[in-house]
Amino acid sequence: MLRGLTRSKLRNKRNATGLLLLAIMCQLVLAACGDPTATTIPATTTAAPATTAAATTTTAAATTTVAATTTTAAATTTAVATTTAAPTAVPTTASLQFQGTEINILTFTGPQIAEPLQRRGPDFTKLTGAKVNIITVPFSDLYQKILIDASTKTNSYTGYVLAPQWMPDFVTPGYLEDLTARIKADKALQWDDVQAFFRDFSSSYQGKNYTIPLDGDFHVAYYRTDVLEKAGMKPPETWQDYLNIAKAFQGKDMGFGPGYGSCISKKRGAQAFWFIYDIAASMIQSQGTAQGTFFDQDTMKPLVNNEAFAAALDLYKETTKYGPPDELNLDVGDTRGLFDTGKCALSLDWGDIGTLALDPATSKVKDKVGTIILPGSDQVLDRATGKLVKCDTKTCPYATNGVNHAPFAAFGGWSGAVNAAAPSKAKDAAYAFLSYMNQPAQSNEDVTLGKTGFNPYRTSQFKNLDPWKKIGMSDTAAANYLGALANSLNSPNVVLDLRIPQNQKYQQVVLDTAIAQFLAGELTRDQTMKQINDGWEEITNEIGRDKQLASYKATLGVVK
Amino acid sequence: MSRREPLQVKTSVQGSPLIEEGLEPIPTTSRLRGVAARTEGVANAVFIGPAIVVVLMFAIFPLIVSLYISMSRMSFVAGGIDIKFIGFDNYNKLLFGSQKTHLLGLSSDVPPLGWVLLAGAAGLLGWGLLRYIQAKYFSIGGLIGRGVATVIVLAGVWLLVQTTLQAPGRPGTLSITLIYVFAGITFQYFIGLGLALLLVQKLPGRRFFRVIFLIPMMITPVGVAYMFRMLTDFGKGPFTPIWKGFGLGNVSWVSDPWLARLAVIIGDVWQWTPFMFIVLLAGLEGLPVEPLEAAVVDGANRLQIFRYITWHALLPVSTTLILIRMIEAFKIVDLPNVLTNGGPGTATESLTLHSFIAWRTLDLGGSAAVAYLLLLVVTFLGTAYVNLIRHRAVEAL
Repeated sequence: MLRGLTRSKLRNKRNATGLLLLAIMCQLVLAACGDPTATTIPATTTAAPATTAAATTTTAAATTTVAATTTTAAATTTAVATTTAAPTAVPTTASLQFQGTEINILTFTGPQIAEPLQRRGPDFTKLTGAKVNIITVPFSDLYQKILIDASTKTNSYTGYVLAPQWMPDFVTPGYLEDLTARIKADKALQWDDVQAFFRDFSSSYQGKNYTIPLDGDFHVAYYRTDVLEKAGMKPPETWQDYLNIAKAFQGKDMGFGPGYGSCISKKRGAQAFWFIYDIAASMIQSQGTAQGTFFDQDTMKPLVNNEAFAAALDLYKETTKYGPPDELNLDVGDTRGLFDTGKCALSLDWGDIGTLALDPATSKVKDKVGTIILPGSDQVLDRATGKLVKCDTKTCPYATNGVNHAPFAAFGGWSGAVNAAAPSKAKDAAYAFLSYMNQPAQSNEDVTLGKTGFNPYRTSQFKNLDPWKKIGMSDTAAANYLGALANSLNSPNVVLDLRIPQNQKYQQVVLDTAIAQFLAGELTRDQTMKQINDGWEEITNEIGRDKQLASYKATLGVVK
Repeated sequence: MSRREPLQVKTSVQGSPLIEEGLEPIPTTSRLRGVAARTEGVANAVFIGPAIVVVLMFAIFPLIVSLYISMSRMSFVAGGIDIKFIGFDNYNKLLFGSQKTHLLGLSSDVPPLGWVLLAGAAGLLGWGLLRYIQAKYFSIGGLIGRGVATVIVLAGVWLLVQTTLQAPGRPGTLSITLIYVFAGITFQYFIGLGLALLLVQKLPGRRFFRVIFLIPMMITPVGVAYMFRMLTDFGKGPFTPIWKGFGLGNVSWVSDPWLARLAVIIGDVWQWTPFMFIVLLAGLEGLPVEPLEAAVVDGANRLQIFRYITWHALLPVSTTLILIRMIEAFKIVDLPNVLTNGGPGTATESLTLHSFIAWRTLDLGGSAAVAYLLLLVVTFLGTAYVNLIRHRAVEAL
């Protein structure tokens, strides 16, 4: 009896141990497969240097969500690519001169930007024989991917399509190939046709060309023409107008169910941190481009601890009240989707909404989209006192109707660069590919397609309306859209994006985090300004104030 | 009642006892034996060597390097990376400098509820100390250790009370991680226990449900996070009609800090309850029947049986289980990263995510510093937990 009991107990115990073992094994297996790096990081992940690997011993690597597949803009990829016109211009004379060469171009997880590169890659192969691989990573990883790849001499990429803002950090250590001579010799490029701003700002650093612009980037404001017309309202001139309109339409049906007054991407760790400067710049910068928006030109003190930035923060936060409930988690792809499905009365964006709205597969607002220069302010910052003062001929020399506009050249447009450490044949092929993408035959079509994410940057693209009509834009719509972009581009008070060393840290880390915390109600307005100020000062002090100041002044010296 | 070894923690991690045993010189008298012993010693070294090298390479060396990185600043210069040693600057920045509000949060005045909680925690800890002083296994060293642990735990409670209860206060990543760990484990443990108790009954279909309840654990955390991201979307998600019915159509989980944290905790509970469940089920199945039978004969009701027999018998396995989950839970990163991207603001950022985001922005020093702080917190809490609970668990048997 006793023995029997013990045995049954033993068996029980064995069962229990078995179950335990099973559980632990499951856990182990999970820990192994659960490693999420594989989900969005591309197959060609570069070997991280030993030092970074060490830093992450307790940091489980995780995927980033920037590449979230939920963006409605993603839907555009499903639309069958319109067959491209046969490429007319070949970058160099000999055909199939790159037979057997393979080039790897790194850019961010699109679909925009990556789409045209992927689509035109095979065409380029047919012309030159070079095989083109487009590798994509989430936007928030792109900068460090390039840095790590180049600094560890892994050099798995031949070229990059990147933010021209990052050039100081890449050019100084010598990662980017100097393209000046190549561009000069390249007739097919029609370099003079590229607008001066992009030649000087997006392509050059310290007088040399390092990139080929592929995209013209400006923030503009969009509104629903039909809705505003019906309500007898004019498109917003000032940010206060913007708020009033947004307020009026919040929750109203604009033809496609209850909608929102204003849709602005406010997601952290995405491409949203530029929008605060759409508002702030119109109050901080009034004396022309060379005045600058981010720092004081004498002391390199951040211009964030003043009445203008405070007012901008208040305005920005108020737009959240008249937006979608989950606006704080929306990327630009999401807000574009919302606007194109007729849910928003107003939106701020790059030039993309204008072209995306034309795509019948995804858009419900074709010919109902108005584009305008970013709204302005009738009060601007007096830098001596830190107070806001009324606009007059002295304080706002470039004002229209007493309103100071400061169109923000946020980001500066995706541009292609070549890895200086690549083999020379591959470098030639990569340059040829970027040149091919930039040539009018290709780009004049690409900038009219919403899915490409490319916006016009050539004079001919602003002047010649035929490609725009071809995709179904009416004359008035084309004039309106291109007019707004050209207005912004030609404004003497354009706001240049920050382009000093480590600007990525200033904006993508300090500014982005503080604004996100402010919008979430975790920081008060004054705490936010202090946090940005302290964070920026810390970086400036770490790198060296004089060095940063000199570099800041040099970037503002860029003649438009 | 059978006395079983309550905890395996002491010996399970390191192989050192084995190594020491192997290196012990064998007592010899003759010369021949001396030679044999020497060869044996060499053989031992040869056999153990590779293992030591592997351990050094994969565990110790990275640990030391990351410690060095946590005290340095990296910059990219022509031709490579420049690593500059800066001492404790990164830690200083985290604990007292510009990152302080990020890591520790913003404090506010403590409301009455906070004082009550603090007094409660102090009372509990004091009572524990008092009991320790009266206990058989009392020692001065133990008292000092417990005293220090009590002070640190109270400081932790103070931090939580200061940052979470009132409006201007805002929890930093440390508090948020603690909230994830404690809220998550509490729910996971009790739901898991409930399910285990349910499925240990002779109910129809229990085998089927055992498998079903295990499924969440099998999904990768990123999958879970995406799923919850869809479920918690009030505007487009599958529950939209229900929320609209309640008039909540314009509320979003991801825009309110506490709702966002709640979403993360729910996802975590959903995913990890099965682990608790399966281990507790195993524990329950392994319980001896005799005490239960005796209790029934003595006329105990079910509640009494659970309270005085089952619960006590489950304590050892529960202790281990909670320890494992605790260590694991401190490393939560995938859920908040995918579900909310650490947002709104930094409201759902855990320590690991904090470190990861710092790493992603190439602040390797800051990232390693956060990781080391996390290591300290986990080690402290793990050790304190084991020490505080061990005697209690042994006593219970």
